Amino acid sequence: MNLLLLILIPLATAIAVLTARTKQQVRWVSFIGASIQLFATTGLLSAYRSARAAGQNAQMLFEQQYNWFPNWNISFHIGVDGIAVAMILLTAFVVVAGVLVSWNVEKMTKEFYFLLLLLSLGAYGFFISLDLFVLFFFLEVAVIPKYLIIGIWGSGKKEYSANKLALLLMFGSALILVGMLGVYFGGGKSFDILQLSATKIPFEAQKICFILLFAGFGVFTALFPFHTWVPDGHSSAPTAGSMFLAGISMKLGGYGALRVATFLLPEGAKEYANIIIVLSAIGILYGSFATLMQKDLKYMNAYSSVSHCGFVLLGIGMLTKTAIAGAVMQMVSHGLMTALFFAAIGMIYERTHTRQVNEMGGLLKTMPFISTVLFITGLCSLGLPGLSGFVAEMTVFVGAWEHADTFHRVATIAACMSIVVTAVYILRAIGSVAMGPVKESFAGLTDAKWNEKLAAVILLIGILAVGLAPFWLQDLINPGAEIIIQKLSAGK
Amino acid sequence: MDAFFTLLKHELLVTALIFILLLLKISRTIKNETLLPLIQLLLLINCAAGFFWNEQGSLFDSMFYTNPLIALQKNILNIGVYLISLLFTDWFKKTAHLAEFFILLLSALLGMFFLISSGNFLMFYLALELATIPVAAMANFDLEKKVSSESAMKMILSSAFSSGILLFGISIIYGVTGIINFAELAAVVNNSTIQLLAFVFLITAFAFKLSIVPFHLWTADVYEGSPMPTTAFLSVISKGAVAFAFITALYKVFQPVAGVWYNMLMVLAVITMLVGNFFALRQQNIKRFLAFSSIAQVGFILLGIGSNTANGAGAVVYFILIYIFSNLAAFGVAAIISAATGKENIDDYKGLYKTNPLLSWILALALFSLAGIPPTAGFFGKLFLISSAAAKGSYAFIIIAALNMIISLYYYLKVIRAVFMDKNEKPIEKLQVNVYAKLGLFICGAGIVLLGLLSWVYEYIQAVVQ
Repeated sequence: MNLLLLILIPLATAIAVLTARTKQQVRWVSFIGASIQLFATTGLLSAYRSARAAGQNAQMLFEQQYNWFPNWNISFHIGVDGIAVAMILLTAFVVVAGVLVSWNVEKMTKEFYFLLLLLSLGAYGFFISLDLFVLFFFLEVAVIPKYLIIGIWGSGKKEYSANKLALLLMFGSALILVGMLGVYFGGGKSFDILQLSATKIPFEAQKICFILLFAGFGVFTALFPFHTWVPDGHSSAPTAGSMFLAGISMKLGGYGALRVATFLLPEGAKEYANIIIVLSAIGILYGSFATLMQKDLKYMNAYSSVSHCGFVLLGIGMLTKTAIAGAVMQMVSHGLMTALFFAAIGMIYERTHTRQVNEMGGLLKTMPFISTVLFITGLCSLGLPGLSGFVAEMTVFVGAWEHADTFHRVATIAACMSIVVTAVYILRAIGSVAMGPVKESFAGLTDAKWNEKLAAVILLIGILAVGLAPFWLQDLINPGAEIIIQKLSAGK
Repeated sequence: MDAFFTLLKHELLVTALIFILLLLKISRTIKNETLLPLIQLLLLINCAAGFFWNEQGSLFDSMFYTNPLIALQKNILNIGVYLISLLFTDWFKKTAHLAEFFILLLSALLGMFFLISSGNFLMFYLALELATIPVAAMANFDLEKKVSSESAMKMILSSAFSSGILLFGISIIYGVTGIINFAELAAVVNNSTIQLLAFVFLITAFAFKLSIVPFHLWTADVYEGSPMPTTAFLSVISKGAVAFAFITALYKVFQPVAGVWYNMLMVLAVITMLVGNFFALRQQNIKRFLAFSSIAQVGFILLGIGSNTANGAGAVVYFILIYIFSNLAAFGVAAIISAATGKENIDDYKGLYKTNPLLSWILALALFSLAGIPPTAGFFGKLFLISSAAAKGSYAFIIIAALNMIISLYYYLKVIRAVFMDKNEKPIEKLQVNVYAKLGLFICGAGIVLLGLLSWVYEYIQAVVQ
């Protein structure tokens, strides 16, 4: 499997979109491109599994390396392990669904799809890169599409939100940049992740660079107290924008915090693990309690994303194999679930023109499909067994419980409590949206169209696949998590 | 061929162009419409010819020195001048004295070539004056506008002042060592108090030309008052030339006191960035806006210069090449709008995307490149500058520089927001962009995208530097 395909397909699609003449062509070209990409990623999955089954046990598979800026020792080095494959699959699912739910975008359709595809290109590139410079390049590529998507197609105080998002993410990038340079000069002038992981970076450098890198990636994945862009950004973005932001973009931060900060700087990670745990526990609780107070469905999901992404960081901070695997599973699960949630909210908003929970009611009768989807994602969010959320959060908790001391126990229990709060807000919101008598003004509304149904079904397949058969995802992730843990314990 | 011709090739070509224009001017009256394409063609030939037969050597008792790196630097300036001739077509067509404008411009360019190539302080001073005085005349080219004369006056006064300081510095050095030749001087430079005093005077003169804070005060006013092509020339070509000369002076002559100027440059770089960025935040006029943003960019250039490594020097040359493309694209779009509507305020750009999508995208590309956002070339340029400074391990400065990128992103996004998001009852109407300006914008756009992604440009520059 040639990994370059994962970059070339979105690129070719984006260029094809630019040459398309009508809006309908734009939509179909994007949909076809995204579908081809989805097939390519499932191809990647099976190729990866068969390669592993055939006994290839290199850390990274399908590696390719091209000199890019030899003067700085920068090479275009790509390759994947199981964690990256999982993230790529997630991206492909969310992209197809995002393209489908944006079918009704009439304003500057071509530009909209072009930017969506550019954003996905950044994410794919990020997940496959094995060179810090390339990784940083792709991370930044995705910033401007986000800004423009929110600022142009968003709603509410969109300019403010777009600005806040771009500047805060840029702040994260600035921290990452400095941390990256610290790793470069501390690790024998190399940006190559595999080379760096084999060299011993001095402890002093690790301590500084870890803070910079973890906080930098933390900004992307809503690490408390850098989470403030999340509610504004998500709620102002158009549906597909929110889906991409929560489903893909926040995962860039989680993946980076794991792959770059924790993997390359294990001593630093051990030094600051407790702080990470405290911050992520605060984030989890704060996010869930803040969600309780929200009346707007999008704000609800945005704050609950802060809470759910807290589990990702909590899992990483625990530094055990199970917890790290759980963190990755939580990224996949949350990505699918939150994308579906935003998609459903978008569909409802398009019909009712309101996102206020108390203004809706009885939608189950007028839009049975959409309401059911909302139900399922809600249940997934509160961790119902059989759906992906349960598997992921459970794994994180089990991993966290492996630490027997009071500090870890308290943090874990505190994080656990958020699940109760989640149940409260989810059930309350869905109850008042879907149940009850049908409001007169909403009586004539229609249910989901084919594109919306297809988008929801695609994401549901993902959620169920993770929820009912988690072992394939665990098999995928565990070896990657194992290597990170080995690196962590090697220094002892 | 004789060494005289090969080594002086760039200078001779430009001189020839000046004479051709002069003869055309006095022999007959030519309409701007016919003269301008001719000038553009000549400049293109000049630009292309610069890439051949570049050798190393010195002339006139080592007053003049050239090597492939210097030739490359001159070529970069040539490219910039060619782009200027394309981008500001609208303004050139309207001006009453087209030939004179280019005679002045080329004279200044000639001065810059000698400046980069100068091998002793006498030549250096002469060249610097030649590179400055014609620009002051160019600043005064909007004869009917009062601000234009005002900006020319400010320019002349401030450059006279900086020349005075420069001469003072040179005379102290000459007084102490009795040497004005760079190569010989390098052997006797040391950090005795009197020499350092002279050195500070020299740096001050450079700081004036590069508008390094706190010697930046003339910049915004001069930029705002001058006609667009002059502003573009000042902010791009002359900054580039002085930065190249600065590298030569520091690395060749003042290498023995590198420990002194390293800290000096880092502090200046950071202050320059901060001040440039904070003042740019509140600018409404696009020219003033670009003026302050260019001050901030100079801060980044200083980071690279201060690093005192071949990588740093390469990064500076590379960044200036990118900077030429990015900044000229921004000025080009502003000039097209200004020539057609007379509007130069950022607020007037609201809703530009609805009517002029092409111009808007070029402007966006240029601003993203200036802000250092990938996939534009500016990302690579800035990253290499910061990396080369980080090699010295001065992380405090690096963090401030990185945070400055956020501030700058904020104000670049303000323009993007006006163009793409804000609604406007009366947006700028659909503009007819003429072919030459389009070509110029296209070259700039292609440069912004490709210079970064195609790493061989950087490799080439780095190979020449080493």
